[in-house]
Amino acid sequence: MGRTLLDKIWYAHQVCEETPATPGVLYVDLHLVHEVTSPQAFSELRARGLSVRRPEKVLATFDHSTPTLPADASGKRAYVTAEAESQVAQLETNAREFGIQLYGWGSANRGIVHVIGPELGATQPGMTIVCGDSHTSTHGAFGALAFGIGTTEVGHVLATQCLLQRKPKSFAINVSGKLRPGVMAKDLILHIIGTIGVNGGTGYVLEYRGTTIEALSMEERMTVCNMSIEAGARAGLIAPDATTFEYLKGRPRAPQGSEFDKAVAAWSTLKSDADARFDREVDIDASKVRPSVTYGTHPGMVMTLDAPIPVAANAQERRALSYMHIESGKLLAGTPVDIVFLGSCTNSRLSDLRAAADVLRGHKVSPKVRMLVVPGSEQVKRDAESEGLHEVFRAAGAEWREAGCSMCLGMNGDIGKPGQLVVSTSNRNFEGRQGPGVRTVLASPLVAAASAIAGHIADPSAFVQEAAA
Amino acid sequence: MKPITHIRSRTVVLPHENIDTDRIIPARFLTTTERTGLGKALFNDWRYRSDGSPDPDFALNKPQAKGCEILVAGRNFGCGSSREHAPWALLDFGIRAVLSSEIADIFRGNALKNGVLAVVLSEGEHQYLLQHPGIELAIDVEHGFIELPDGGRFSFELEPFARHCLLSGVDQLGFLLQHEREISAFENAHKEAA
Repeated sequence: MGRTLLDKIWYAHQVCEETPATPGVLYVDLHLVHEVTSPQAFSELRARGLSVRRPEKVLATFDHSTPTLPADASGKRAYVTAEAESQVAQLETNAREFGIQLYGWGSANRGIVHVIGPELGATQPGMTIVCGDSHTSTHGAFGALAFGIGTTEVGHVLATQCLLQRKPKSFAINVSGKLRPGVMAKDLILHIIGTIGVNGGTGYVLEYRGTTIEALSMEERMTVCNMSIEAGARAGLIAPDATTFEYLKGRPRAPQGSEFDKAVAAWSTLKSDADARFDREVDIDASKVRPSVTYGTHPGMVMTLDAPIPVAANAQERRALSYMHIESGKLLAGTPVDIVFLGSCTNSRLSDLRAAADVLRGHKVSPKVRMLVVPGSEQVKRDAESEGLHEVFRAAGAEWREAGCSMCLGMNGDIGKPGQLVVSTSNRNFEGRQGPGVRTVLASPLVAAASAIAGHIADPSAFVQEAAA
Repeated sequence: MKPITHIRSRTVVLPHENIDTDRIIPARFLTTTERTGLGKALFNDWRYRSDGSPDPDFALNKPQAKGCEILVAGRNFGCGSSREHAPWALLDFGIRAVLSSEIADIFRGNALKNGVLAVVLSEGEHQYLLQHPGIELAIDVEHGFIELPDGGRFSFELEPFARHCLLSGVDQLGFLLQHEREISAFENAHKEAA
């Protein structure tokens, strides 16, 4: 019987096979580290007198606790608390003492860890990649087995470059059909989560495949894989192809010259065999996907903008509708918006910013709305500025910020006020995620931009037609 | 880690489905660089009213919840982020076991590594516990069952290695470090291949 892509990567990294009594030992090729989930792991290493086994396989940056306002004239940064500042300082110390490369303040490559890994070419097909962060699933877009781990496991990987793991099950998400104009990768993944459910992927690695996926750009593929965890799956995978190789070519950490050609030959074998069997499969018709948003308090509560708000199926959904101050049967489109957040490891890359800028060009953000644009990395920021996108956002009345996670989880002080409604291109709409009492509606960059102009949740179709004209 | 063989306690019930890690501990409490002291932030935005006083309606604030070490939670507990602060906060508060019909993957792994017993029960058993808050349970980790006050038993499965680690207080990093020879051999083999 054929092997899945998951099988191929898994068995190539198996140091010790799993047995009924013990999990397998899995080798890790790339370990991404950020300031929030690593300090206790480094403390553990110190307490045991251990060093980092393969510092060259570790890449660190800070993104969660970092202010998105620039430093003042004296170089002081607007940290939300002294504790946040000392958490960042601690990563600087840990990186220095343990010999790990840190893309920190002053680095031209600092940014959200899941944006900079691919951008640097550190993320490569066939790798195993882990990070103390559940959105590590993003890197699966390159055909890497990438998943989030806890801080105890961060310590395991630092000390041994390995993890104790049992092999997850495989779940094929077969997507065919053409995405309609104005429908983005974000709409597709929201639709998929809505279809399989917020826990539909628990215990599985999702492999997104089919003609629709093959037609996506790398940035779109990252958006899809990023939200695998929102369906409960620790990892999402897409087989690497010419699009992947083209993206990686020439990036600083990617193989160079003839080494790159050799790598491509090896990477080209990384796909599920035609006769591979998955533990579960689902078929998705991409042509049916419409601009989608979440209406509740978990990412599985998804609806299209042209449909009425669904009837609450249980007490939890009733509570969610009440938290969101909305009613079944009514339209969500037209609901007043207080804040629009364009950013996060889901949707903060250049193509996301371009899509939103195309809608905003020549328009103004509604005076009732505050719009925050937070590029995913220093690199994205530079690229966007070289195209003048920052001028488009500023002219429209949006705030153009420094790279970081920002309002996705509101750790750095970028939050809303109780009761405010945020249209957010991020990945989680949990109660209080963007500040106590704040209501989050997850959406694509196009829906976010259209809603910013309209001052209420809006379908981007009219703007998309206008931009295309 | 101290060995854990039995947990005996009354239950406290949070029947809500999909209790995510932001609910368990909101992100603004994650700037700590320690593992301890997070119990006061457990379920923060649920437990306290906006003036900072405890919400008397929240299950964990009720007098009968005092000292409860077993949390019975709705389906898909612990979904969301990988923050290990979630089990650290539960443990610091005094919760030693979480029972549900489904528990998110990363949370479950994190919990077990910290000596928080994360147990998945059948739908029917789960419903029974949700409908009988405050009953005293005796959990036998080694034999994998929960004894009810009437003597009835719910059996559960635990990943064998996780169970072994709980029962004997095994240090998983120590276990991994014992594989030094295999890890080096793997690295050498891959150097040759490259």
